[in-house]
Amino acid sequence: MNKIISVENLSEDVVKLEIEAPRIAQKRKAGHFVIVKLGLKGERIPLTISSADTEKGTITLIIQKVGVTSHKIALLKAGDEVTDVVGPLGQATHIEKVGTVLCAGGGVGTAPLLPIVEAMHKAGNRVITVLAARNKDLIILEKEMRLHSDEVIVMTDDGSYGRQGLVTHGMEEIIKREKVDKAITIGPAIMMKFSSMLTKKYNIPTEASLNAIMVDGTGMCGACRVSVGGSTKFVCVDGPEFDAHEVNFDELLQRLGGFKEEEYKAYQSYLDGLKKVTA
Amino acid sequence: MENTRDYLKLERSQEWREELRKSLKSKDRTSLIRVQMPEENPIERAKSHIEVNRGLTVQMAVEEAKRCLDCPDPTCITGCPVSINIPKFIKYVEKQDFAMAARTLKETNALPAVCGRVCPQEVQCEASCFYTLKLKKIPVAIGHLERFVADWERNSGKMYIPDVEPSNGIKVAIIGSGPSGLAVAGDLIKLGYAVSVFEALHEPGGVLKYGIPEFRLPNEIVDVEIDNLKKMGVEFINNFVVGKTATIDDLKEEGFQAFFAGSGAGLPNFMNIPGENYNGIMSSNEYLTRVNLMNAAHDDYDTPVLMGKNVAVIGGGNTAMDSVRTAKRLGAKRAMIIYRRTLEEMPARKEEIKHAQEEGIEFLNLNSPVEYFADKNGRVNRMRVQKMELGEPDASGRRRPVPIEGSEYELDADLVVVSVGVSPNPLIPQSLPGLNVSRWGTIIVDENERQSSIPELFAGGDIVRGGATVILAMGDGRNAAAGIHKYLQNKNKK
Repeated sequence: MNKIISVENLSEDVVKLEIEAPRIAQKRKAGHFVIVKLGLKGERIPLTISSADTEKGTITLIIQKVGVTSHKIALLKAGDEVTDVVGPLGQATHIEKVGTVLCAGGGVGTAPLLPIVEAMHKAGNRVITVLAARNKDLIILEKEMRLHSDEVIVMTDDGSYGRQGLVTHGMEEIIKREKVDKAITIGPAIMMKFSSMLTKKYNIPTEASLNAIMVDGTGMCGACRVSVGGSTKFVCVDGPEFDAHEVNFDELLQRLGGFKEEEYKAYQSYLDGLKKVTA
Repeated sequence: MENTRDYLKLERSQEWREELRKSLKSKDRTSLIRVQMPEENPIERAKSHIEVNRGLTVQMAVEEAKRCLDCPDPTCITGCPVSINIPKFIKYVEKQDFAMAARTLKETNALPAVCGRVCPQEVQCEASCFYTLKLKKIPVAIGHLERFVADWERNSGKMYIPDVEPSNGIKVAIIGSGPSGLAVAGDLIKLGYAVSVFEALHEPGGVLKYGIPEFRLPNEIVDVEIDNLKKMGVEFINNFVVGKTATIDDLKEEGFQAFFAGSGAGLPNFMNIPGENYNGIMSSNEYLTRVNLMNAAHDDYDTPVLMGKNVAVIGGGNTAMDSVRTAKRLGAKRAMIIYRRTLEEMPARKEEIKHAQEEGIEFLNLNSPVEYFADKNGRVNRMRVQKMELGEPDASGRRRPVPIEGSEYELDADLVVVSVGVSPNPLIPQSLPGLNVSRWGTIIVDENERQSSIPELFAGGDIVRGGATVILAMGDGRNAAAGIHKYLQNKNKK
């Protein structure tokens, strides 16, 4: 059982939770994730750690409501408990001074990007961050990003905030403007696919943090397998970060839809249930 | 070894045993017919998750116990990886003192109700039974009797909790709560150690919980055995990945003096054939974990599982049988085993194969998948299979399957479960740079005491063997417990 210390709504669908997990807070590094399970009948889902406070012994998770479990998590309040939290899992991000690092965060993918931006900046890199989302409401952590970036560009699909356009527009502008030594992209698979295609065109080494479906998260089930450079890798133990130019994003996109029907049905019946309760 | 022999002799010379031996002539004992395990009707059971084997009645058990000759040289014990005093417990069954029979099992076995169900007795104790070796007759049903005794005790409401020596305060950390870890825990707690079991998942039991299905081993039975260990003083810590949540060095600083790695089989193997990453193709670990541990087939649980009309399970081991029989129970019209050799070479237990056949599982032997095809959404819908024939024996001694050119054909399959083995879990070796591991990633240990190249770290089960059985893991656990005890006694003497 892990107690929730605070809850903050970042937007209608995005919530930030601070959870008691002293050991994980102690051990986590940029790039690590946890597996969370809510209730005895809950499912296990991976969530990247956005930040941690070793003194308070807490970790921060940022979750977007997309299905039953994330919706349930979003309804939690300070003082509630998360049944199971295990981690930190996965390989930590390789942090080194390379020069200029271009970091691209799409939607809620901005959350796992934050500790990487922070660590890259601390390592002495010039960090330029591009935050992108469908609309203003979905742009998160802008203030924190500005704290650890030399420059932040905000892009929205509808132009409701920052500049209108896709993440790749913002990225390409920087790449054309100055020499970029490394790029990191985290967000929806489709966004990572296109940002990776862009950096490949300019020959910039790029890492992507993949958000595969997992069950155990410790290398046992193989649900999170992806093709990287033509061979099968497991996101939970080999990743979550991989050379973006080697990742088969089309396969990842397909695999992310592996339970779409089941998930949709479950979410609809969950929402119907919620409506009944509130009616 | 002399000590063990003396102990067995002494036990055998007890008055009650002698009387019992005299009560029935050997000839009359050997003329009795072996009991048949009552089973649920195959058509009914294939629709539910109830246990297939129903267990012996008291009368059946006592009759079967009479067959045991209480041999002066009980060879059966040498076939048991955890050295249960088999004749002693069986004679207690004959005497109808089932509580004492249960105590006898627990002298050396922390999980009798589990072993009585999933041990391959036919290649262990029962293969070394006097009936098998000398009389060339069907052996005493040792496994069925073990299960009977354990179930009797559980249902009696009076579980015997083995005596525990006064605490010596020495902390031992066990990594993984599967069969090997539980065996170590059971032995070390009896010796007075402060035992903590660290489990990565949200509940203890390891493969007994996530792997073996309800119809073979109900989770409730595993929980009862774990509860007994808790009552003896073993501490279980879930959601803790040693090597990640804390390293072995961290735990040393927290006072742990010895470690046992029983972290099990990790990464599932795939065949690396085209289309294998389509949706609807998964490892048996994933399929079984979703159904067994996460209860995915129940609507009120959040974890989803894919259902299939035509389910193909690739492989011929026990895990493959568990997967295919699970698929049948979840409503598959056609549940198939696709195996590249024949029934004869199949590594699954004969009993599992028989049960699968009774339940209408199709066996496509001498077949091997070569490619998968998917619909427009990326969900597998067909597969191409190649026929095989048996050639010369390979390193395993089994005849090698050889593909027959031009024999490929296609088959409908909307769910494929790949059950072709596992590679060891990489988490522990990854976090310990000084550890000696084999080129397969298994931890190298000393054969007797199960000690690794790091003196305070012992290991057993699949992390050492790469893929074996519950009882071999438990045997490793018992040896490791003895090794840890010896190591800590020496260390703390100094």
